Amino acid sequence: MESERPSEADRFGRRADLKYSFYLLRRNPIVLAGCVISVFSVLLALLSPLLVNPSSWHAQDLNLRLCWNNPMYNWHIANVFDCAGSVYPLGTDMYGRSLSNMIILAIPIDLEIALEVVVSAVVIGVIFGSIAAYVGGVIDEIILRITDDFLAVPGILLAIVMIVVMGRSLPVLTFAVLITWWPFYVRLMRSQVLSEKEKPYVERLRAMGAGATRILFKHVVPNSIYPVLVQATLDIGAVILTVSALTFIGLTPSSLLPELGNLSNQGIQYIFTAPWLILFPGLTILVISLGFNLLGDGIRDIFDPRLRR
Amino acid sequence: MNTKKPVRPQNVLTVKNLKVTFHTYAGDVKALDGVELSVKKGELLGLVGESGCGKSVTTLAIVGLLPANAEIVSGEVLLDGTNLLEMKKDDLRLIRLKDVAIIFQDPMTYLNPILSIGSQITEIIATDPELFIQKLIETRLNQIEAMQASPSGLDNESQAERERLRYASNGNRLGRKDLKRLTRLYAISILNSVRLPEPEKVFKMFPFELSGGMRQRAMIAMALVRRPKLILADEMTTALDVTVQAQTLQLLQQLKNTVDTSVLLITHDLAVVAEVCDRVAVMYAGNVVEVADVEELFKNPLHPYTQGLLASVPRIDVAVKDQTSIKGSVPDLIYPPSGCRFHPRCPRAFEKCPVAKPTLFEVSPGHHVSCFLYGE
Repeated sequence: MESERPSEADRFGRRADLKYSFYLLRRNPIVLAGCVISVFSVLLALLSPLLVNPSSWHAQDLNLRLCWNNPMYNWHIANVFDCAGSVYPLGTDMYGRSLSNMIILAIPIDLEIALEVVVSAVVIGVIFGSIAAYVGGVIDEIILRITDDFLAVPGILLAIVMIVVMGRSLPVLTFAVLITWWPFYVRLMRSQVLSEKEKPYVERLRAMGAGATRILFKHVVPNSIYPVLVQATLDIGAVILTVSALTFIGLTPSSLLPELGNLSNQGIQYIFTAPWLILFPGLTILVISLGFNLLGDGIRDIFDPRLRR
Repeated sequence: MNTKKPVRPQNVLTVKNLKVTFHTYAGDVKALDGVELSVKKGELLGLVGESGCGKSVTTLAIVGLLPANAEIVSGEVLLDGTNLLEMKKDDLRLIRLKDVAIIFQDPMTYLNPILSIGSQITEIIATDPELFIQKLIETRLNQIEAMQASPSGLDNESQAERERLRYASNGNRLGRKDLKRLTRLYAISILNSVRLPEPEKVFKMFPFELSGGMRQRAMIAMALVRRPKLILADEMTTALDVTVQAQTLQLLQQLKNTVDTSVLLITHDLAVVAEVCDRVAVMYAGNVVEVADVEELFKNPLHPYTQGLLASVPRIDVAVKDQTSIKGSVPDLIYPPSGCRFHPRCPRAFEKCPVAKPTLFEVSPGHHVSCFLYGE
């Protein structure tokens, strides 16, 4: 007798697919850790305006500068003024603002920049990279030479020049990082499509009368996009690091701005008297970058149908 | 067995004096040297020849997919009277979409690995839903009628669907959801017609989840979707094991009749030819050297190359060392032999062979050969 089979929807339906994704996720603890960290940081970013008053970073209270009421670490000796009455989980910075609040305000700013940069870079990369590879010839040459121009200048230098010329603001910061970032995606996508377009199934599609646009965007791009997606998740961490580096060297719209790099930059002056000021923003950068990197490592194993079944 | 077939003389495909040259680093490869070929309506023509004789180049030239370094020097490819070689690129693409289908040799790599079989088939239907829609609606309405006749009757949902389909069959637009369901049903019926077991499941499966034979069936299904006038099957059984080969070939033969199409079966396997083809064309070094009905060709091969080819089929009752083969090797097509390209290897060559090039002519009704031994 045949053992009872699950229904078709149970075996092939969308829900079964999702369930299987979760199973794959659970099986791989490192990816799971990355996933948890990334989801947690995104949630924190979304909830941030509810947790902390978004305009509280303007408020300075010099009576509360650099206080840390945590007897566990002997850091309270750094207190310039007595602030025994007020308790802040991570102490206060030199403007008297709660450091924990500033970090919570900083996470959405950094994540937003990172997402904007990476998503734009992926879109530009996928479109121009795949067209360059698939069409080839003069178009390929033109697109490649343009990326070369951008790659020829050291990225961070280019970003610094952009910010100095265009003024210090968050949109300019985002744009400056994007300018240094997109050529890599064009190159990556181009190389993927170059190898993918020679595969026999592309020949079959051509023989069946499929048009170039359909072949490229329905068949070749989905087949070659996984390395780009992996790179994108890895780059979320890298963009956060780059933005922090730029603000760390002072390219920030305001020294009060709660941005992880800027917070570290402000804190470094007090590294011996108030070490928490650089420690916690730095740790936040580390953990978020690590989380997205771990996620990027495993995302392909879960979503590429060739690897998942 | 083929005698009871109705005689329909008009040709679906006629290839006349097709010459193709590849420009390569080593020199110009004269791959096709005046190929003459015709496929009659409803017929299964086998095109045999050893590796490198130009079988695949012929198919690629027919559909206009030769690589960039190939040049069509002269010739005509007539599909139902229109010359494909003179067509604009985009019109030729539509011909490939509608009238000519190709089944490739390796089912492992000729399917998109990350799209399900179903979506690869519905994609073809979706390119031109207008062409299918009336037929789809009709089939579905019949299905619903059948459901109504059954004891359980119709539920509200099917009744509503019937109303919508009837509305659409009067030339009105069909909703997207209904269209999607119809294309899906049609795709499943196609999968069913190529004898894939559990077509609903195969519809959702990815190519790597199917066996070689199943994949080849899926490829045949894709070729059949548009009901093409001509199917070019390029070594379609080479990558399959023998039992599956037989099944696939029988399937192709049966479908050819139900779908009413013609097939050009390209192969180097004479057993396959003997099994399924109506007529055979033998190619050597870029020329068609002999064309005849299957039985005639196997009984009475005229061209020395065909004779040699048939004699070299491995036989189980002959020891390996005693088996015959054609002396010499395939000529270098950059510097092809003068005159008849087979003359350096031909056991019966005489003075005229290196000097002039023989043309295909009819020796007996339906039996063409290009060899000076039989005239001219």
